[in-house]
Amino acid sequence: MESLSNRKKVLEQKPMTVTEKMYLPAIFNGLSITMRHFFKKKPTILYPEQKREFGREFRGLHVLRRDEQGRERCTACGLCAVACPAEAITMVAGERKKGEEHLYREEKYAVTYEINMLRCIFCGLCEEACPKEAVFLQNDKTAPPRFERDEFIYGKDRLVEPLERADSKENIKYRY
Amino acid sequence: MEIPALAIQALIILAIFGITLLIATYCTWAERRIAGFLQDRPGPNRVGPWGLGQPLADAVKLFFKEEFIPATANKWLFIAGPSLAMLTALMSSAVVPFGNTILSDEFGAIRIQGIEVNIGMLYIFGVVSLGVYGIMIGGWASNNKFSLLGAIRAASQNISYEIALGLSLIAVLMMTGTLSLREIALQQAEPLFGISGMNWNIFYQPLGFIIFLTCAFAETNRTPFDLPESEAELVGGYHTEYGSMKLGLYLFAEYVNIIVVSAVMSTLYFGGFNFPFQNEIGALLSSDPKVAHNIITVMGIGVFFLKIFAFIFFFMWVRWTLPRFRYDQLLNLGWKGLIPLSIINIILTGTAILLSEHFGW
Repeated sequence: MESLSNRKKVLEQKPMTVTEKMYLPAIFNGLSITMRHFFKKKPTILYPEQKREFGREFRGLHVLRRDEQGRERCTACGLCAVACPAEAITMVAGERKKGEEHLYREEKYAVTYEINMLRCIFCGLCEEACPKEAVFLQNDKTAPPRFERDEFIYGKDRLVEPLERADSKENIKYRY
Repeated sequence: MEIPALAIQALIILAIFGITLLIATYCTWAERRIAGFLQDRPGPNRVGPWGLGQPLADAVKLFFKEEFIPATANKWLFIAGPSLAMLTALMSSAVVPFGNTILSDEFGAIRIQGIEVNIGMLYIFGVVSLGVYGIMIGGWASNNKFSLLGAIRAASQNISYEIALGLSLIAVLMMTGTLSLREIALQQAEPLFGISGMNWNIFYQPLGFIIFLTCAFAETNRTPFDLPESEAELVGGYHTEYGSMKLGLYLFAEYVNIIVVSAVMSTLYFGGFNFPFQNEIGALLSSDPKVAHNIITVMGIGVFFLKIFAFIFFFMWVRWTLPRFRYDQLLNLGWKGLIPLSIINIILTGTAILLSEHFGW
């Protein structure tokens, strides 16, 4: 039948040549290829010991920053919660009492501030919405796996930046 | 034989048995590691250093799994299949000479070999061809069409390739004039071009070796001839219905077969326990000929195992390189390719022997 597109190709299986019938040249060829791969550097990252480096703009676990004097920047304005498309952020606002000026930067602060890491889609909109530059997504941390769902609701104990970043591991009580 | 001599013999047999099983165990690890390396990944490396504990973990897992026998299976034959496969695989290592003799004043010459029989090659042939019964019986007793297909494939494949295997060997037997593996190995200790221990049969029988190698792949059901298993078409082939240690025995038997075939190939074609410059090295290390002989024997055992390991590596290298043959291709290669070739090889060898006798080479 005449082909309409004129692009039809008739493929015919050619009988094998003598070298092909001997199989051996092709086998040696194949063996040399696999041997080259044997000595190649393996691209595998051995995960728990080695970790792939995140990019600079990677959006990972949140942190509530402090200012230069170690006071919490967050004023519990709720803009991050409004901006959040996954509705992962909840907070309760409170008024700063006398004598707490070294703890909170402004008169209003977040008594509780919770992010549900199972709801969060790590879009970074909270970071953009924040007028006080308080909430940030770190580019070097992710939420580690846990056994219980409520362990994924991160409160202030795990979100607020520790006072001394150097020994941050002691400040944040991860429940591994 | 005296009692102490018998005890020594028993010890040697036990050692060969244990070493064969140990190597087979670590073959599973090596196979997976080599497969990984050939495919640009590290392979199992978690259990112990370099993953060396992996075979133990696998064994523990297989031993503790439930012994399951399908309701429609023939119970006795179902159990007999893997046992037979393992039995025949282990039996064939008995006649392989793992080393030359150790000379001692009390016991005379102790041969590093299970039993020395003058029909060693025939014995190996007989036992290896029995090996297919393990697969046949297991596949049939499973009462599963895939198992049966795998078993039938195994049977016809092994029968087809045994012919070419035997014919390629006849050329070696014509050259050496003996069926004893020890004799064949000792003949290769002669110097070639002034290098002692280099008179290997591979230099006289390259074609025969290639035929033997190809048939060895088919006999041990390894890729590219692993049609009895061919997991892509037949689920698991003859061991579809098997689980726990019965499956383990089948897989184990395959590795033991590979070790035995590697040992036989090294003995027949690659000089067995002989290595280049062995006499010179022996003379260098000790002036006492007896001590020198013993040192050479011990080194020869090591060299023999190195040769076995090299062949095992080659088996695995080929497995992770070549795709599986189609069944008609397999039989065509066997009957139309290898058998005529091996007959040509016999004729060539015969002519060469006649000519060399005639001209006194």
